[in-house]
Amino acid sequence: MSRMAWMGIAVLALAPFALTSQYLVNIAMLTAFSAFLGQAWNLSGGFGGLTSFGHTAFFGLGAYVAALFATRWGISPWLALPAAAALGGLAGAVIGFASFRAGLRGSYFALVTLAFAEVFHVLATSLDFTGGGQGINLPLKLGLANFQFVDRRASYAVVLALLTLAMAVAFRLRGSRFGARLAAIRENEDAARALGVDIVRTKTAALALSGAVTALGGVVYCQTYLFVDPQIAFGVERSVEMLLVVMIGGAGTVWGPVLGAIALHLVADTSRAWIATPGFAPMLYGVVLLAIIGLLPGGIVSLRERLRRA
Amino acid sequence: MSGEIIAAALVNGLLTGGVYALVALGLTLIYGVLHIVNFAHGSLLMLAMFAAYLMATWAGIDPYLGLPLVAALMFAVGWGLYRFVIGPVSRGEDRALLLATLGLAVVLDNLALVLFTGDTRQLETPLTFAMWQVGPLLLSVPKLISFAVALVLACVLWAFMALTDTGRAIRAVAREPEGARLMGIRPQRMFALAYGIGVACLGAAACLLLPSFYVAPSVGNVFMLVAFTIVVLGGMGSFPGAMLGGLLIGVTESLGGLFLGESLGPICISVVFIAVLLLRPTGLFGAAR
Repeated sequence: MSRMAWMGIAVLALAPFALTSQYLVNIAMLTAFSAFLGQAWNLSGGFGGLTSFGHTAFFGLGAYVAALFATRWGISPWLALPAAAALGGLAGAVIGFASFRAGLRGSYFALVTLAFAEVFHVLATSLDFTGGGQGINLPLKLGLANFQFVDRRASYAVVLALLTLAMAVAFRLRGSRFGARLAAIRENEDAARALGVDIVRTKTAALALSGAVTALGGVVYCQTYLFVDPQIAFGVERSVEMLLVVMIGGAGTVWGPVLGAIALHLVADTSRAWIATPGFAPMLYGVVLLAIIGLLPGGIVSLRERLRRA
Repeated sequence: MSGEIIAAALVNGLLTGGVYALVALGLTLIYGVLHIVNFAHGSLLMLAMFAAYLMATWAGIDPYLGLPLVAALMFAVGWGLYRFVIGPVSRGEDRALLLATLGLAVVLDNLALVLFTGDTRQLETPLTFAMWQVGPLLLSVPKLISFAVALVLACVLWAFMALTDTGRAIRAVAREPEGARLMGIRPQRMFALAYGIGVACLGAAACLLLPSFYVAPSVGNVFMLVAFTIVVLGGMGSFPGAMLGGLLIGVTESLGGLFLGESLGPICISVVFIAVLLLRPTGLFGAAR
């Protein structure tokens, strides 16, 4: 990418710090957060073609780690980040290894991830340890040491850092041998196997990586809203949104999740200004998804290519 | 725990399983023919339940009497959705099909939320609380009826697919679309037909559920994972498998609730689901994938 493009992106990313309206900063934060979660999903779902319908399992694990650190064990929330990443990675490795060893692909893999998320949902709801269905409220302790901020710009900075990390991982993945193996599996699994790619190991590593990154998002969510419950953590809606952002922007591309998140939030926030009925904005998400799959299967990213060809 | 409580839970589970089987029949048909996991299944069931509910509250038609009407309506909805949305959007690609049905589910769920709000509604028919006493057991009459209808419907579907020309054409397309096309069968037509029939089953299921179940835009989610589990357990595409799978899952859920408690009980279904997918993805009765 040209230096101009990079500068434009930097200006766009830093612009929210100049905003005084907390409302607008909040929108910027939510957009960046969607882009981050989308990118986290993209690491396995896009680059590896492992369509997961239950990625919120990793997000929820991260959120509960942060909540339990704060309320039960009194450990610094900053330590929740590596702990969550480790747990998310472990969950990804276990779920991935079990599913890929059994040869699950396509819709079967989507279904099994959905079911794993549901197992966590039920567990979080029924265990006393996790506060049951009521969830966990984190005590308000503002300050950098406690990873809690009142100014939305500070929260935006945290999310932006997270997004930058995910982007860096995506760039790294795209250029690496591991990324090449993953792409080979996505394009043609049998051919990749014939070339000596260890299918189970590569896919499992991709899901573990994605799970670790996704779990970081759970920690940040929990530290921003100071609350988590089973539905927030393990509800199917978040899994769907992660996938939606990527599909709309362009799966398996570095910039797809960012473009998808911007598009989705533009649709959501403008439509909410027009029609505030609950359900209207999410309904448009579905319409946009159908339109993209039907008309622009490569997502928004592929628009440039298509325009160039036209 | 006394044997009577366990027996009651068993029987209750079997009856509920009949209702589940009804929802799963359409799903397994769609899978068997189109080879897609229909993620819009729960949402379409919700839509059918609202149709039956509105028919009962506005026109005063009892859901049992309105069953053919709702089934016909849902057939039209399913056929149209495949013909004009799913088919064109997916161009026959697996991942696109999966995502198209998911997108459809998102649209339908939220459309219902816009139209009907998130409120939970309950239809009371003369049979809602009807019980039939057999020895020490109390059987819910609406559940008995849906159990019986599910059995009949499974037989009808099986007969339709096995014995009629249309059924044969659908099976031909399912197995070898290109070969079928050369024999003068139009695959897209058969796919739309199969999708329509699968969704029509949901119309029937909705009418049978209504007297004993609530209606809300999110109600489809209750049945989604259950229906998937049944279909996977019974072998994707198998009608007897869906019937038996439904009963097994009904009993599993009922006993799970009894032994593990209300909130932890539902975990049984997910665990069974994962175990079957990981250990025997072809299901108990299924042929090769």
